[in-house]
Amino acid sequence: MSWMHWTGPTAGFFISIALILTGMTVWQYFSPSIERKGFLPISTTRGDRLFIGLLTSAFIHLAFIGVTELHVLVATAVSAVWMVILMRWG
Amino acid sequence: MNKIENNKAWFFVIPVFVVVAFSAVIPLMTVVNYSVQDIFGVNSAFWTGTEWYREMLRNPDLQAALLRQFAFSFAILAIEVPLGIGIALLMPKKGWAASAALVLVAMPLLIPLNVVGTIWQILARTDIGLLGWALSESGVDYNINANAVDAWFTIILMDVWHWTPLIALLSYSGLRAIPDAYYQAARIDRASRWAVFRYIQLPKLTNVLVIGVLLRFMDSFMIYAEPFVLTGGGPGSSTTFLSQALTTMAVAQFDLGPAAAFSIIYFLIILAVSWVFYTAIMTLQKDKSAQQ
Repeated sequence: MSWMHWTGPTAGFFISIALILTGMTVWQYFSPSIERKGFLPISTTRGDRLFIGLLTSAFIHLAFIGVTELHVLVATAVSAVWMVILMRWG
Repeated sequence: MNKIENNKAWFFVIPVFVVVAFSAVIPLMTVVNYSVQDIFGVNSAFWTGTEWYREMLRNPDLQAALLRQFAFSFAILAIEVPLGIGIALLMPKKGWAASAALVLVAMPLLIPLNVVGTIWQILARTDIGLLGWALSESGVDYNINANAVDAWFTIILMDVWHWTPLIALLSYSGLRAIPDAYYQAARIDRASRWAVFRYIQLPKLTNVLVIGVLLRFMDSFMIYAEPFVLTGGGPGSSTTFLSQALTTMAVAQFDLGPAAAFSIIYFLIILAVSWVFYTAIMTLQKDKSAQQ
């Protein structure tokens, strides 16, 4: 495993992704998602919105890193807010 | 009637899951780990956080390579997709001629990428290459090693030659799958050739074209061997595409950290564009079937 050069933050990142996916699976099992249309131009299911949220969050982080000098956790906070908005009203 | 609920078939997915874990997920995780560290060897690595990302995002060479990459990918898509459909429409439908046409059209696809580069490099030479010689004999000042426009022209021509057959074959199979009843109905309505294409053939081709466009986009976005052999990324850096910039950094300079950060950015762009393509085409189709 040493060749993979694990670090605390990256391990935490992948564990949270895995937890989110597991959580979404359990949620889907007990209350199946219904496709609906929110403010996004396409109708989406819960999983679609999660994917869109994660991908846009990645780009939010890149934009913050590339354009501003702010700490990366600012981008994470913005992404979290965006994620909630997207999951609820997207 | 009781429907039997049995989800055991899901276990058959396990082998794929394991293969993908080893071939994609673990390497990707490793790249993420590398991208936040400065690595000197197995036992010495330093945490750098987002520094590599910052450096890569602000690197003008990479920004230029990214723009070139988009220009290239959209240029070849804009040429190959219509051309491929056109070739598929012209190909004979049955008999020995159909088989012969299939073999002929598929030929460029069988040639290894390096060899394609070599073929075109020789073809573009002005002393012995047919293309280069013909162009310079007819008065065009053609030189892919000195003129960026010539280099771009040759690379795009090479990619069109190499990959249009893929779109053509996909479209051909899509066209063959259309039941005759549609054409008969069109004949009864006295539909024009254009109307048949626009309202029967093109809609029925959507699925194969989605695959074709996605494959061609991803492949062209990762293009490496052909321009590397043909122009070596030159003249200057006018044909240095993303993967070549990445390889130079990761292999030649052995900057694992920056190269990893760059790979992640590269991956995210491919993922985003592919998703947008896929969703756009699928949504179009859904709207269309909702209208009917």
